[in-house]
Amino acid sequence: MPGGYAGKWLEVDLSKDKIEEVTYSDKILEQYFGGRGLAAKIAWDKVGDKWSEMDPLAPESPLMVYTGPMTAIYPGTRICVSGKSPVSMGTVGSTAATELANEMKSAGYDGVTFMGKADKPVYLLITDNSAELVDASHLWGLDGEKTLIKLNKEVTDELTKRKPNVGLWKDPGMIYIGPAGENLIRNAAVLAKICHAAGYGGYGSLMGSKNLKAVVAKGRGTLPVVDAPEATILLWKKTHEHLMARSAMRRQGTGYAGYAVGADTSSEPIRNWQEEWHDEKSFGGPMFETRFWVKKKWADFNCTTNCMKVSCIKTGPWKGDITDMPDYELQAYCGTNFGIFDPEANIHLSALADQLGHSGINGPNTAGFAVELHQRGILSDEDFGFKPKWGDVETFDKILRMMAYREGIGDVLAEGTYKAAFLIAKMKGKKPEELLKYAVHVKGIEVGAHGTRSDADYTHDISYAASVQGGDHTSVASDGYNDMSGAVFTDSAVFCNFTYYGVPQSLVFDFAKAITGFPMTLHGWRSVTGPRIVTLQKALLMMGGPGLKWEPIKDDDNPPRFYEPLPSGPYKGKTTDKAVVDQKLQAYFDTLGWDNRGIPTKETLKKLDLAFLEKSMAKLR
Amino acid sequence: MMTPRGYAGKFLDIDLTNEKITNTTFPEKDLEQYFGGRGLAAKILWDRIGEKWREVDPLGPDNLFIALGGPMTGIYPGGRICISGKSPVSNGTVGSTASTEFAHELRTAGYDGVIVSGRAEKPVYIMVTEEGGEIKDASHLWGTMGEETIKLLNKEVTRVLDSKKEIGLWKEPGMIYVGPAGENMVRNACVMTKLCHAAGYGGYGSLMGSKNLKAIVAKGRGALPEVYAPEAVKLLWKRAHEHLIANDSFRRQGTGYGGWSTATSYSSEPVRNWQDEWHDERSFGGPMFETRFWVKKKWSDFNCTTNCMKVACVKSGKWKGAITDNPDYELQAYCGANFGVFDPAENIHLSALIDNLGHSGIGGANTMGFAAELYQRGILTEEDLGFKLEWGDAEAFDKIARLIAYREGIGDVLAEGTYRAALKLTEMKGVDCMPYAIHVKGIEIGAHGTRSDADFLAHDIGYAVNVQGGDHTSIVRDGYHELSGAVFADSAVYCSFARTPQELIFDYAKAITGYPLTIESWRRENGPRIVTLQKAFLLLGGPDVIWEPIKDDDNPERFYAPLPTGPFKGRTTDRKLVERRRLAYFETLGWDDRGIPTKETLNRLDLGYLEKSMTGLR
Amino acid sequence: MTSIWIVRDYENCSGCRRCELACSFHHEGWMWPEASRVRVFMPFPGVEVPHLCAQCDDYPCVESCPVDALSVDADTTAVIVDRDACTSCGACYRACPGTVPFLHPADNKATICDLCGGDPECVKVCKEAGYNCLRLVHEGMSPNRKLFSRNPIEVAKDLAVKMFGEKGEEVI
Repeated sequence: MPGGYAGKWLEVDLSKDKIEEVTYSDKILEQYFGGRGLAAKIAWDKVGDKWSEMDPLAPESPLMVYTGPMTAIYPGTRICVSGKSPVSMGTVGSTAATELANEMKSAGYDGVTFMGKADKPVYLLITDNSAELVDASHLWGLDGEKTLIKLNKEVTDELTKRKPNVGLWKDPGMIYIGPAGENLIRNAAVLAKICHAAGYGGYGSLMGSKNLKAVVAKGRGTLPVVDAPEATILLWKKTHEHLMARSAMRRQGTGYAGYAVGADTSSEPIRNWQEEWHDEKSFGGPMFETRFWVKKKWADFNCTTNCMKVSCIKTGPWKGDITDMPDYELQAYCGTNFGIFDPEANIHLSALADQLGHSGINGPNTAGFAVELHQRGILSDEDFGFKPKWGDVETFDKILRMMAYREGIGDVLAEGTYKAAFLIAKMKGKKPEELLKYAVHVKGIEVGAHGTRSDADYTHDISYAASVQGGDHTSVASDGYNDMSGAVFTDSAVFCNFTYYGVPQSLVFDFAKAITGFPMTLHGWRSVTGPRIVTLQKALLMMGGPGLKWEPIKDDDNPPRFYEPLPSGPYKGKTTDKAVVDQKLQAYFDTLGWDNRGIPTKETLKKLDLAFLEKSMAKLR
Repeated sequence: MMTPRGYAGKFLDIDLTNEKITNTTFPEKDLEQYFGGRGLAAKILWDRIGEKWREVDPLGPDNLFIALGGPMTGIYPGGRICISGKSPVSNGTVGSTASTEFAHELRTAGYDGVIVSGRAEKPVYIMVTEEGGEIKDASHLWGTMGEETIKLLNKEVTRVLDSKKEIGLWKEPGMIYVGPAGENMVRNACVMTKLCHAAGYGGYGSLMGSKNLKAIVAKGRGALPEVYAPEAVKLLWKRAHEHLIANDSFRRQGTGYGGWSTATSYSSEPVRNWQDEWHDERSFGGPMFETRFWVKKKWSDFNCTTNCMKVACVKSGKWKGAITDNPDYELQAYCGANFGVFDPAENIHLSALIDNLGHSGIGGANTMGFAAELYQRGILTEEDLGFKLEWGDAEAFDKIARLIAYREGIGDVLAEGTYRAALKLTEMKGVDCMPYAIHVKGIEIGAHGTRSDADFLAHDIGYAVNVQGGDHTSIVRDGYHELSGAVFADSAVYCSFARTPQELIFDYAKAITGYPLTIESWRRENGPRIVTLQKAFLLLGGPDVIWEPIKDDDNPERFYAPLPTGPFKGRTTDRKLVERRRLAYFETLGWDDRGIPTKETLNRLDLGYLEKSMTGLR
Repeated sequence: MTSIWIVRDYENCSGCRRCELACSFHHEGWMWPEASRVRVFMPFPGVEVPHLCAQCDDYPCVESCPVDALSVDADTTAVIVDRDACTSCGACYRACPGTVPFLHPADNKATICDLCGGDPECVKVCKEAGYNCLRLVHEGMSPNRKLFSRNPIEVAKDLAVKMFGEKGEEVI
């Protein structure tokens, strides 16, 4: 077994209540690493050519909860959740920071693949070299906070009962879903630690479809041994030095961007992306910091970036709301995107979205979409049961709840922005295009809070258009080479992006080598391993289905809104250059060895040891 | 007259009866001999009242309310103001200090102090700026609790300043004020500042109240006074702070970790009105305050890095909203263990309430404990009080605190302070209440007992011969060494918690003032001069109380009862030792064997002006 | 030398748990959170409590050991475990007012902070990251130390109220 791996994975058949341990060959691990890469491969192995016919929310749809070889050892512990995405129909390597990852490794496992569907709510409890399914009927319906509090106590009590003579049992790690996941809100998130989420991909609904409320782990073993321990320890120290030197990030987190991204780079979603510029100083970082931050440096296991700040509302109607805030994405999506510029309202709606189990980006994107449809006269007051208004906390508080519980119009919106557009078009007797022009998604995945129109943010032209993970702002496409050692790597090695940027790539790859012992290079990853994973994801994405097939080129594009001129701000009039998009898209396909419609060529598949895809791809060419 | 260095150079003299405000100065000799604060206040009192001392009612218009800085105030770390006057409780004088920005604001406004005489017709406050003093109506502030007073005054004064002169943003002023207890002349009430800081000993809150004076506010924009050797002062300032910063455990724990350890280790903490001095209540330990309540772990006043204070806030439960510096050991003990209360939230609430009412957290709480013991012994009844006053019942102590502050029912009697209430209740109930009154010379004793002899402050004659009675901040040792301690700090006016080596402090004092000062000269001349003058006042006393030499130079009876529990069980203060050391103390200071300063001593200390009064006492 | 002590300012803890990693590097040679002598309890997100020996002045753990496997280092005041003598009976953690000691996940031997012989690794990494949640002071024995030997869940309950106000009463 290469270094960094605990050495075994769990396969849980929920229908049969059967749990097995499996291993993967060194070759597979070297080729796909872990997390996002390995999950795509195992998904293929489980489903294969039948991909297009398989409903992602059906029992036979696999769900992967994987670590990677670098998880917990490299700074910034994370778990990667994957499977056939209920929103994109491809796969997303959706990661969340959580101690579940290191606890799982300490317990002796690198990941879990879930198959089937439990006949009643369950959670998986992983302990040292052992796992079991536990009844979760009493947890079903609980919001995130209550789920976490109950599970923490119940699991700690159970472990203490089983093995009392060890001293105090420390809290386990866990991921879970809220009501949105349980009710199969298509873009619901998998949550951890009340406000951390594997948000993209809609894996909350996939968990819900399996009656799986949570995955909990507590291990007492060491983290996996590595190939070169002394080098790893030195690299670990060095990496932390880099992280600790990032004073601005540590101090401000991402939340100072709520003002800066709006005011400076003009790329923040406002009222469902009708604008991307604002100059609301009331929304600035210090307004959050001075009044709400109760912990200014909050981190997950083995992280000194501390991008998170614990906020708590202490007075007023939302007293007691606690979340990591401002986190830029939710600050934008549960704030400016709703036309809300009040920190307190923003904290409340973010906490609410998290507690309901929404993805704080995707769910609110849908809510914003709905309110724009109202603004455009497509949806009426009657459709909502009230008069929705931009900037009104009550409006969005209600919509988020209606979606999570599929009440009224919420039942339609619960299908995610893209699908809801079709359903509402049908309801209202309109052409889908009339609604899709307000749907800000790429390949069913609502776009993160970084616009492309000003071209001043890190997201540009084909960032989303060419991405195999659609609107996912954590994994944007650039040139098909340099981006391969970015998120594709971190999501497969499974650690946090925020412990990656700011650390020299050469150091990270030395770290990876010291851990695994694989003879890997940055170039090798960019030209072979990364492309292998992305090409596999691309294949699955293009296979899509059932009932949803992305059209090559046409769907490899930005949402229509991203081609409207910016209506205000320093970049007023500017918009995404369609000609550049077309040209860079072709170059991107070219670099990756895909044909001019983005279908991987036979040669490429062969070169990347992906020949198993040839049959399916032949059909698409 | 030239201005000696370290002084702003003038004092405000305010006659409230005639609404007359003048600037005053004092001869350089007075400043050199009495320095400032405690010392200078005593001299001013003699100059203005002198031989009529015995006839002057401390709560009458003839008494003076004095608030003074000293030459070191604001310049040496730990800014403080010293309050003095004829004490309504001891009938002598106390140099009662409190940490507050009022002190340096006063000095940057150009004044070293304020001397208030007479009595205003209706409630007023005094506002001091570089333009001088102003008497302002305080009818709208009268009756407000401390917290409210601060909020209103802060806003109002800042607005007034802004309307007088536009400078950009005016920063908030410094202030001292009284709460309802002071207004209602609860005899041991204190002068408050910053919500939870107090000039507690001496009962000067009632003195302010008797003058209808709600507050004094100061805002200056000038520099702090010039010093004799500025370069040396700058270096000494850095060095002094290095010492303070190095005191990690004090900075970390403040005094509040003492709530548990003073009792368990030294067995010298008042428990249930000193019936006990030992407890082992872990619930009362520092971390229980720190983890749940401390919202700021290092809080300080102007120019201080000791940070003995910790801002505590009760955020949930019955006492939600209580904010104070807690645990401060004294209030932790007096508003906690002394009430039989060992719950941090209750302790914080009672401390905050007592501060807000303007009680002295030591003196007033001592009287409340005294009342509770009378209740325990059946001397005070539920009928007297209107409720049960059981040990450990925070609600009951909440009630009694209010009763006293507003002089309602039995509170009117207790509002006279422990000693006078004991006299009155003895008369009313026909039972001797004095054995339960823990005071020395009318001043309720601080939270450090003498019986275990293990406390770090208080032993045998610590309080017994102290010219400030039960004041734990100015404990007596031998009539020599301690004179360069509190007597100096209270006259130079800085905080005794700004602890640095004495050599450094005296170099600092020299560099500021230019006086040819040494520790020895202070211990032999200045210190004895101030203490002897205070002793004379104390002996004169009156009009309602006159202390009897020797008999009243003693500990309360309870301090001679054996400790009932704990590691020092059975131990008590050694009466023989007290007697022996008392005589030695008198001798060292050149007082006769009854503690009356001799003629030679008065001459030597340049206190000849006292001779006439002292002859009468010998 | 003056004895040393590790000051703990719970609200400064980020939850990064590098203290656990540094501790296990030193004592175990590799990353092993559960074998770390300092364990960061986190019963609710944001409420993190580093749990480690406070060196009580009366050492109830040392007193409780039936086989004298525990002793006190005179220099540092740390509790030292004689792992060969330890019988894994658990008396030490039961005697501890804060249940700080635990039995090692590999060999079940009593595991207690030894202050790294005077230069604790946990303190170094915490200081380096600017948290100063764990801080070293050179101070003599104090009766207050044992007040820090507290069940971490109890500590977390207090801390939660300080951080979150009334809501804090509900979360742990």
